[in-house]
Amino acid sequence: MNIYVLLKQVPGTSDVKMDEETGTMIRTEHKNVINPLDENALAEAIRLKDIRPEVKVTAVSMGPPHAQKALREAIALGADEGVLLSHRGFGGSDTLATSKALAKALVTLAGGPLSNDDLVLCGDRATDGETGQVGPMVSAILDVPVMTYVRRIALEDHSIVAERVVEEGLELIKASLPAVVTVVKDINQPGFPTLSGKLKAKSREIRVLIPDDLGLSGDDVGLKGSPTRVVKVFRPRLSRDTIVHPQDTGGVAVDSLLSFLEERGII
Amino acid sequence: MTYRGVMVIGEQRGGVLHPVTYELLARGRVLADKLSEELSCVILGHEMEQFAEGMIQRGADVVYVVDDPALKHFLPRPYATALTRLAKEAKPEIVLSAATTQGRTIMPLIAAKLDTGLTADCTGLDIDPLDRSLLQTRPAIGGNVMATIKTPTSRPQMATVRPKSAKPLPADEGRQGRVVLKTYEANIFSTCEELVEFVKDTTQDVNVQDADIVVCGGKGLKTRDNFHMIEELASLLGAAVGATRDIVDLGWVGYPHQIGLSGKTVSPKLYIAIGLSGSVQHLAGMQTSETIVAINKDEDAQIFQVADFGIVGDLFDVVPELIEKLREKKNGKCVREG
Ligand SMILES: Cc1cc2nc3c(=O)[nH]c(=O)nc-3n(C[C@H](O)[C@H](O)[C@H](O)COP(=O)(O)OP(=O)(O)OC[C@H]3O[C@@H](n4cnc5c(N)ncnc54)[C@H](O)[C@@H]3O)c2cc1C
Ligand SMILES: Nc1ncnc2c1ncn2[C@@H]1O[C@H](COP(=O)(O)O)[C@@H](O)[C@H]1O
Repeated sequence: MNIYVLLKQVPGTSDVKMDEETGTMIRTEHKNVINPLDENALAEAIRLKDIRPEVKVTAVSMGPPHAQKALREAIALGADEGVLLSHRGFGGSDTLATSKALAKALVTLAGGPLSNDDLVLCGDRATDGETGQVGPMVSAILDVPVMTYVRRIALEDHSIVAERVVEEGLELIKASLPAVVTVVKDINQPGFPTLSGKLKAKSREIRVLIPDDLGLSGDDVGLKGSPTRVVKVFRPRLSRDTIVHPQDTGGVAVDSLLSFLEERGII
Repeated sequence: MTYRGVMVIGEQRGGVLHPVTYELLARGRVLADKLSEELSCVILGHEMEQFAEGMIQRGADVVYVVDDPALKHFLPRPYATALTRLAKEAKPEIVLSAATTQGRTIMPLIAAKLDTGLTADCTGLDIDPLDRSLLQTRPAIGGNVMATIKTPTSRPQMATVRPKSAKPLPADEGRQGRVVLKTYEANIFSTCEELVEFVKDTTQDVNVQDADIVVCGGKGLKTRDNFHMIEELASLLGAAVGATRDIVDLGWVGYPHQIGLSGKTVSPKLYIAIGLSGSVQHLAGMQTSETIVAINKDEDAQIFQVADFGIVGDLFDVVPELIEKLREKKNGKCVREG
């Protein structure tokens, strides 16, 4: 059984800085991390591997060359292989173009359509793009079922039962494999790299794929293959006209809060 | 045939139309009017026709009711298949759905099948007067900036819209519209997924994303026992209970209550932040709320930067007082003496 974990390298959240002039994100190489929810996806793959030793876990990422660091971390955490889609041609891809490339990569790695023993795990969303679109889009391109917002997985023969967290409660869904599953944070507690994992991560070669390897042309991916364009980036009006009441003992603050809320018609 | 008009995807849960549908209609109406085009609304399910009239009253010119027993419960593939078919037939130039667990699951499937762009979780939508294209504005990078996105050449232009980011139009009983019943051959819904069971979450009377008011507690509460104050205040206000990540990590409440970057994004009418600092990650999930109230003893806490009304004070004094005054108000007693 093959489990593919789609894993993105993102800027460490506390370090995101904006270039005030250009309105773009300043990305510094050394501060990048594995997207936190993708760590959960990886941890889940490794948990399933513990139950079923025949499972092979492949971490797949698309990004600049330094994203291979994230894949090495994934190997240190227990993944068997790391594959990086990296090429100038992929640059500027939006979620559709990214999903096309990742879906093609999965088919390439599987040597054909995914089998009824294969599973693809993603994070629910990445902390930088925050769209949560890539997992479902990959499933649509592969034409396989998708399960989103999953917080528990049980494997059966050629099928999977998952618990989805939705607005009003929990949904238990069953789907046949292959399938794409996007996970939420409380599915597990990611572990730490092991010593042997770290050693493996050092020596293991990260396979790099370029658009040609995937049978993709320059029109399919990158900016050309992306239907959406960012036309403007601006700072939201953060500061509201804040009324601040200091601590008091006479209950004035709470009274004026209540009348403020009444004036606004909220209570 | 060219792409024309605006289509919104209605949402039902358990056979009942969800009010977020009316928010989408209000959004869609503005766009359709700017384009001088029709606004259509789709509802999928079984025996949902009864809700069509309400959608017309709230702005739809056309309601498509796609009826099939296989659509009774939400399942991604059958829903996406039906909607992709309909979008190919009706050729709307704009398709909107709510950024709910349903909308965020099926819209990427439809966009991929139609080979077009999709913008997630928009808080602002407008029409570019120059080229009549859709301007899709959404928070980016943890809410630190806003980005406006266009889909220049592919059609339809697709976006999911953050719930509670628009007000429904009042029902206009005189409004006229068409209802189109759609049935598709059953085999297009055959799927290899099934809903085994649905377990309603009883820990939350109101879920945070649907609530008009959210009361959110942070680490300033110190103990699980004190967190009951948040629950009490919430129940007095008919509000949902939210929590910061630290609280969820401590296990005081479940993950569905977590607000922020790695939790839920909410934009209620009123957000009351109690004993939480307002980290960037937390703000990302709540700063689009209509009115924000903050109670924190540290006057430099970042939460005050996004608050409309702040009380710098000890929550252990302020919150019980607030609870007491609200309770008095509820019981019809006069709050002020004299
Ligand atoms: C990748 C990533 C994702 C994250 N996602 C989320 C997320 O989704 N949601 C989220 O919330 N956080 C998230 N975080 C965590 C976030 O960075 C903060 O750690 C967290 O929000 C802090 O929670 P808090 O405000 O409850 O606690 P603190 O930051 O400890 O704040 C407690 C506040 O309570 C005040 N206080 C203390 N005692 C009193 C009193 N007696 N009366 C009044 N006020 C008092 C203090 O002044 C302080 O401001 C994320 C972090 C990372 C790195
Ligand atoms: N460039 C990428 N490489 C690998 N996986 C990705 C990439 N972008 C997104 N993903 C996967 O898709 C999920 C959702 O990402 P997003 O749609 O960007 O929010 C992530 O949690 C990853 O699992």
